[in-house]
Amino acid sequence: MSLDIDAVKNIAHLARIDVSEKDLETYTKDLSNILDMVDQMNAVDVTGVEPLSNALDATQRLRADVVTETNKREALQANAPATEDGVFLVPRVIE
Amino acid sequence: MYSNWETVIGLEIHAQLSTNSKLFSGSSIAYGAEPNTQANEVDLALPGTLPVLNKEVMNLAARLGIALNATINKRSVFERKNYFYPDLPKGYQTSQLELPIVEHGELFISVNGEEKRIGVTRAHLEEDAGKSIHGAAEGCTGIDLNRAGTPLLEIVSEPELSSAAEAVAYMKKLHSLVQYIGICDGNMQEGSFRCDANVSVRPKGQEELGTRAEIKNINSFRFVEKAINYEIERQIDLIEDGGEVVQETRLYDAEKNETRSMRSKEEANDYRYFPCPDLLPVVIDDSFIDAVRGDMPELPDAKKARFVSDFGLSDEDAAQLTNSRPMADYFEAVVADGVEAKMAANWCNGELSAWLNKEEKDVAESPVSAAMLAGMCKRIADNTISNKIAKEVFEGMWNGEGDADAVIDAKGLKQITDTGAIEAMIDEIIANNAGQVEQYRAGKEKVFGFFVGQVMKATQGKANPAQVNQILKQKLAG
Amino acid sequence: MTWHTKTLTELSNAIAARETTSRELAEHFIARVEAFDGELNTFVTRTFDAALAAADAADARRAAGESLGPLDGLPFAHKDIFCTKGVKTTCGSKMLDNFISPYDATVVEKLQAAGMVCLGKTNMDEFAMGSSNETSYYGDVKNPWNTSKVPGGSSGGSASAVGARLVPATTGTDTGGSIRQPAAFCGITGIKPTYGRVSRYGMIAFASSLDQAGVFATTAEDAALMLQAMSGFDERDSTSIERPVDDLVTGLGESLAGKTIGLPKQFFADGLEPEVKDAVDAAINEYKNLGAEVKEIDLPNIGLSVPVYYVVAPAEASANLSRFDGVRYGHRCDNPEDLTDLYKRTRAEGFGDEVKRRIMMGTYALSSGYYDAYYIKAQKIRRLIRDDFLKAFEEVDLIAGPTTPGLPFGLGEQTDDPVTMYLNDIFTIGVNLAGLPGMSIPVGEASGLPIGLQLVGKHFGEAELLNAAHQYQQVTDWHKAIPAAFQ
Repeated sequence: MSLDIDAVKNIAHLARIDVSEKDLETYTKDLSNILDMVDQMNAVDVTGVEPLSNALDATQRLRADVVTETNKREALQANAPATEDGVFLVPRVIE
Repeated sequence: MYSNWETVIGLEIHAQLSTNSKLFSGSSIAYGAEPNTQANEVDLALPGTLPVLNKEVMNLAARLGIALNATINKRSVFERKNYFYPDLPKGYQTSQLELPIVEHGELFISVNGEEKRIGVTRAHLEEDAGKSIHGAAEGCTGIDLNRAGTPLLEIVSEPELSSAAEAVAYMKKLHSLVQYIGICDGNMQEGSFRCDANVSVRPKGQEELGTRAEIKNINSFRFVEKAINYEIERQIDLIEDGGEVVQETRLYDAEKNETRSMRSKEEANDYRYFPCPDLLPVVIDDSFIDAVRGDMPELPDAKKARFVSDFGLSDEDAAQLTNSRPMADYFEAVVADGVEAKMAANWCNGELSAWLNKEEKDVAESPVSAAMLAGMCKRIADNTISNKIAKEVFEGMWNGEGDADAVIDAKGLKQITDTGAIEAMIDEIIANNAGQVEQYRAGKEKVFGFFVGQVMKATQGKANPAQVNQILKQKLAG
Repeated sequence: MTWHTKTLTELSNAIAARETTSRELAEHFIARVEAFDGELNTFVTRTFDAALAAADAADARRAAGESLGPLDGLPFAHKDIFCTKGVKTTCGSKMLDNFISPYDATVVEKLQAAGMVCLGKTNMDEFAMGSSNETSYYGDVKNPWNTSKVPGGSSGGSASAVGARLVPATTGTDTGGSIRQPAAFCGITGIKPTYGRVSRYGMIAFASSLDQAGVFATTAEDAALMLQAMSGFDERDSTSIERPVDDLVTGLGESLAGKTIGLPKQFFADGLEPEVKDAVDAAINEYKNLGAEVKEIDLPNIGLSVPVYYVVAPAEASANLSRFDGVRYGHRCDNPEDLTDLYKRTRAEGFGDEVKRRIMMGTYALSSGYYDAYYIKAQKIRRLIRDDFLKAFEEVDLIAGPTTPGLPFGLGEQTDDPVTMYLNDIFTIGVNLAGLPGMSIPVGEASGLPIGLQLVGKHFGEAELLNAAHQYQQVTDWHKAIPAAFQ
């Protein structure tokens, strides 16, 4: 399975990663090579097999509905690139 | 012009679940806190943090499933819905796609006296996003993540609603139901109960559905009705003018009463759903569901039937009382206090509802408690006051003048039941109005009302009406 | 003193016997890091002041008769994937170059509670994506046996640091071989326990269903000691297993007589370098001498591990790494024009090539129209691979084979071709897909470079696995070898 540049552009956009025109070619080649390797999966018949997303087939445990947290805003916003009056700032969002 | 068209509406309702803590973290979901003071490491999606599911949401979702006569899936799965938005800290929303907790339910609505079954496709658990605060700083949007991770149940109807009125009836019924079963506070101002409407039109008789537009986030019954009606007209006009409806998300502008396209979200979405590897399949068993069932409060339809059969109320009275659980509870409290059911129903549906409406209050906020209303009803029953005077007493109680007895005392509203006193008064009136007496005796019975009026005027309405009638008849007969 | 030639267990005994103090050990190993790390580049962040304070506190506890146990006061280092409160936590990425974690990972809390003294955070492939430690924003880590060779990855810093005896033990994480492969390349002992045995809370996620924390040490006994302290159910991690932890240390010493070791025929096929094969064969002979029976087994679908992994792991990673968006922490591009620009440039600048490649691969595998063909298909084959292992374990107690197909390769040798690089993990990846515990122990050398034997146990079979490694180390000396330059 090989990808074309437009497909890679679309993927990069979905993943919100800026890729230069120059790098697009490299990514296209690398991703196509990986997909060729991945295509070995086509050799296997998986009819009737259930997908496995947890190797131990474990099930979810549930937490009691208790508030355990207190305000930690200051500590948690210490890493933030931009805040004002307790909110995180981003470029204006237009709806 | 619109009579050749048929409307198809499906509603997606987001009900915020009444838990203490968030869906996947121990942060509080209390409304109105300072920005980002109820958002911990998990809610902020700090690197390395992981979700753990709140048990209570399973109870609440199962309750809805039971109330909608739906299938409660013994195995449900959380998935990641991937998209970038600053109010979505993880870059994905944890939701349920393939295996939601609730499926195949139904809700009965009544429009113009006709009952209609509306299918509920599914109800799935998901986390709410944070809030964007526009203009938080010059050229910036501020992000408050207090709401991020708040548990929601998204309740999706089948596209079986065929008018704005039906849509509103469905929404109101569901709104009442979620409060009945205690899973959502129904507070629409705070966004606890929000509606997205999928609207499409098609020529009558056409089988195939038209292209739908999704109207997002409509937060009142009135706006739902207006937005849908606007959208129906817009779509029909568009098609009749040779245009085509585009599948898109639209926003309702209440000020202009119109819907408009949300261009920023138009871009084709590819959400790349896949099972969340940080959460495992949620498995519940029959005993879990049975326990929830055992804890279920009485549902509105059952309560209504009981009010009719046990209290002898009319269908209309019972329906009105059971529209909201607080009102039904109030009514039952009045009855439990020893008031005859019909009288209690009349006062709840009449004076109480009128005052609540007038002052836009909920039953819970009524200054007249159930005990106070019961106290007043007892004074009607023991002839201390008449029904008419009772309205004055009610107003006094509403205005904080104390309970019924206090109002009656303070205003001297006690009914005159002393036969001798009434007789003396009537004798005097008869003596002073010889002309009217003549007319009455000559067969003009309407004049009887004049005499009643005179007595009431003389007693400031406090004479017992039954007694007055009886004595008047006697005396006028001569 | 040559404290660095001692095992954790020996150091623990020395402290208990008052032959040394935690302070002395901390100073000794700090000096080694200062002397040698310029060459190896194993540390991203050094926390020496905090370490000395922790060492003094441990000495004070011991003096007061309040020792926290055998690990109290022993030095080690954390892979920089574990969040450490108040300390920079980078995950080897520019994206987190300015990230001071406001909280501690569960593993960090547990080792702190055991009294261990952390000297710093070790270098790693960016977001644990790599097999050579060449994708780190903080530069390549060198192999202590030959500094022109890679140490393996992604836990290259942790492995190289123990290989050079800059610290007696380190933590690591293993998603497709990231503990076992670098352990093999650096000539040390590394264990990745059963999925869910150690909490993932606070361990920066790469591929959630595969990631598991573990240990690097010089002996199986040391690994057991430390893994014991790290393991256990954590209510903050939904995938952590609610099951008591076996006693890993006192379980050492069981005879291997009567045990059956399975040798997957697929692990001994073409492509295995002869030096590796010879060393592994010799190790298996040693196991026969120890009384174990050996039996060929078949893992018919194991050959698809790498393709399956390169769908599942990137798919999970693509979502796990979406949180790095320049909004709440981490790198943010300068002067973003709008939201999309903020996202795209922040992520383009903050992530390195391999991370971007994997995010894109995963995004593609999950995208509309390809989900079934890639993601679902991979998860189905994953079940087949796991079931092959479970079936094999009906007949054998352990599985053994080479950890890697070849010897440590040269720096820069495989960076041009991602697929070649991915094949380094051909023997280790299946173990992650199946959630099994796996180890690598040194069993030989060629051209001055170490060779690892991989041992795989049943689910929750860490005790048996560690014992098998320990028994081998009782009769061989490969684990005692120290690279000449670092003796």
